[in-house]
Amino acid sequence: MKLAEKRSETVFQDFKPALSAGHAFAEASRCLFCEDAPCTIACPTSIDIPQFIRKIATGNLKGSARTIFDANILGSSCARVCPVEVLCVGACVYNHMDQPPIQIGKLQRHATDHAIAQGWQFHTAGPDSGFSVGLVGGGPASLSAAHQLRRQGHAVTIYEKRSVIGGLDVTGVAPYKVRADDVAKEIDWLLGIGGIEVRTGVQVGADVTWAELEQRHDALFVGIGLGADSLLDVPGAQLPGVQGAVAFIEAMKLGTVDLSNVRHALVIGGGNTAVDAVRELNGLGVKDVTLVYRGTEAGMPGYKHEWKVAKIDGVHAAWQALPVAFQGNGRVESVRCIRMDEHKKPIPGAEFDLPADLVLLGIGQAKLGELLGGLPGVTLDKGRVVVDAHGFTGRRGLWAGGDCTNGGKEVVNAVAEGKSAAIAIDEYLTTTAAAARQAKEAPHG
Amino acid sequence: MVDLRSNTGGIRSPNPFWLASAPPTNSGAQIMRAFEAGWGGAVWKTLGQPIQNVSSRFGSHNYGAKKTIGFNNVELITDRPLEVNFREIYEVKKRFPDHAVIVSLMVETEEEWKDLIMRSMDAGADGLELNFGCPHGMCERGMGSAVGQEPKVNERITGWVTSYSKIPVLVKLTPNVSDIVPHGLAAQRGGAQGVSLINTIKSIIGVDVDKFVLYPTVGDKSTNGGYCGAAVKPIALHMVGALSRDPRFSLPISGIGGVANWRDAVEFMLLGASSVQVCTEVMLKGYRIVEDMIEGLSEYMIRHKFETLEDFRGKAVASYSEWGELNVNFEQVAKIDASKCIGCYDCVAACRDGAHQCIEPAAVGAPRVPVIDESECVGCNLCEIVCPVQDCITMVEVDNGYAPASWNEHVYQGAAVRYKKGSH
Repeated sequence: MKLAEKRSETVFQDFKPALSAGHAFAEASRCLFCEDAPCTIACPTSIDIPQFIRKIATGNLKGSARTIFDANILGSSCARVCPVEVLCVGACVYNHMDQPPIQIGKLQRHATDHAIAQGWQFHTAGPDSGFSVGLVGGGPASLSAAHQLRRQGHAVTIYEKRSVIGGLDVTGVAPYKVRADDVAKEIDWLLGIGGIEVRTGVQVGADVTWAELEQRHDALFVGIGLGADSLLDVPGAQLPGVQGAVAFIEAMKLGTVDLSNVRHALVIGGGNTAVDAVRELNGLGVKDVTLVYRGTEAGMPGYKHEWKVAKIDGVHAAWQALPVAFQGNGRVESVRCIRMDEHKKPIPGAEFDLPADLVLLGIGQAKLGELLGGLPGVTLDKGRVVVDAHGFTGRRGLWAGGDCTNGGKEVVNAVAEGKSAAIAIDEYLTTTAAAARQAKEAPHG
Repeated sequence: MVDLRSNTGGIRSPNPFWLASAPPTNSGAQIMRAFEAGWGGAVWKTLGQPIQNVSSRFGSHNYGAKKTIGFNNVELITDRPLEVNFREIYEVKKRFPDHAVIVSLMVETEEEWKDLIMRSMDAGADGLELNFGCPHGMCERGMGSAVGQEPKVNERITGWVTSYSKIPVLVKLTPNVSDIVPHGLAAQRGGAQGVSLINTIKSIIGVDVDKFVLYPTVGDKSTNGGYCGAAVKPIALHMVGALSRDPRFSLPISGIGGVANWRDAVEFMLLGASSVQVCTEVMLKGYRIVEDMIEGLSEYMIRHKFETLEDFRGKAVASYSEWGELNVNFEQVAKIDASKCIGCYDCVAACRDGAHQCIEPAAVGAPRVPVIDESECVGCNLCEIVCPVQDCITMVEVDNGYAPASWNEHVYQGAAVRYKKGSH
């Protein structure tokens, strides 16, 4: 997988650096090897965490990586991207005994980085099943599903509208957690199972129709993620210098952004995209970065542990402030905000201006469910594709997972949903579809 | 103020903490530094005909990230000239007249024994320790544990020594025997003033799994070494206890084996030791560990209102019984303090797979605290042992209405025994 050589994200260093072998051994040796471990319960991909940690402690690094990748084929990027503070690490029993929790993410990174660097492959493609599955969208959900399906011997084709696969794992993750080139390495390693056909630059609906895909494949998996950044419908929203945060992050991850003239940057929103964006702008050298959120600090939906770091980095915040107009002469120069009360209602007359050369909108993304809206049997809920516990949409042969079904969660959720759907698809192919094929091919008596 | 002075068969020291005969007592300069740090005595690195040592010499037994729970060595006796050692013994005694300097000896012939005994006395030594325990290198030459494993040889050589010596003689016993008692009795018959035990245990500390050579590797070979360190304490305690409880045995004991702190020392003394000897912990951490040993022992004695070491020496010996004398009607069960439980379920796994299947995970939806079925709990302690939280699981005595009865009383006198738990 090829990325541009010059990318703005490359200025970032790991916020959580890799462990040395000695440190990993010491940390792994602290693990209590809990029974029915809370960390594993907290992991959306149910990695057997105590086992992989014990294997690090005994010097069985290969077995450790196998345990991780068996459960989560993007175990290396998840090790860095996962909000471990609210998942495995947050569940560690050490939190209840005044001792620091096990650094599970760092240990997972230790084992998986080593495995990828060594080129260890743990899985082989199954014997050819004769079935073919199309995966729409090349993000973590589809990659996870594709790998699982290859293990079962099904032919798989990924259709991706961008020039690179990996989805938000490549285009959206904060570079101080993981850079696109590291994720690319893992994806290349994942593709090492062989037989995963990747077609980039293909927009389903425009370049190929759903009907054609359904014709071409025995089953489909849809992991198309979310759409464009939501915009604010206020005066001046079209001014240059006002843009979506996700689009900005993608530009920085895949190429370069020019911030040389930006002195004051505002990021609108209180979620994780907004919190990432302020830290990224700060890291890219913008002197004055302010988060503008309509609620209170306590009520922001973004992770507290991430925001805490942003504050330490020197990021400012305007709480209970709602932008009502973007102002400027040919380009944004300031944002007019109105103060909000505790019910997130504007306080009449409480308006104020914040200087801004750049405004990023991190207030949500469009849902792409409409792309499937026309297909009979598919149900949408506010733009989300509705699926059962295994990602089945209700339309024969059509599964979905990741952000387009869950509304926007973590990479690890997408991986879990992709794998779960792949297992369901395999069952469908080897039972229902196989029976149908047999009936079709059976000689008429 | 407590009195820490110790007397082991006539060898007096300001406290019961001695350095065992080993690398930490290789030279006068070392021992003087040790005495300055607070050690009460030192058993000089064994003297004999100087030998040639190999490189490497030490191996470590690690458990997880915990290094050196056990240790072994293939080092032999002193490799320094005898006259240098005796001159340094003299210098140490001159500077530290109140500290105990015991000379460890290991030679072959009666003449050699006589010669070294005389020179030790001339140098001012407070006592002798006969190295009948070394399990590697020297035993193949008919010395060390080769002597200690044969009570008759032990008795004969001890007899030679005690006939020449005017200072107390301790016989250092090897643990590489099936029963320690005949060997302690042999030393007693030979006229020794005391015994010291245990010497190191014959061992292979580990194997390099990639090079297929034992540790500690000496080029492409290795050999069995002497095992010591924290992990051997239970074996040493048993052997000290076995001698202390034997009515035929009456010699003072200097306890050795895995003593790393004051608490270990107290355990040896409660089993009858008059002094303790330390080597491995000093090799790992240096002489300054004695500060805490002295202070910890003093505080322990103050807490129990003991004024001298004799006030508690041997106090636990009476509790050392045969299994058949234990009260089988004594019953305890495990209790979990839910407020302390962290929900690791290590006790669940341990009880299910390693004990008697009486601890269950919490019901779905209930707080993550294991549930103990007390009607099946055999009171084995395993859950308490695996619990990572202090005082979270405790063993609590329960009254089952049965009068105390030992198995022997049950078998021979028909005493009633309680319902058997956990035998499903």
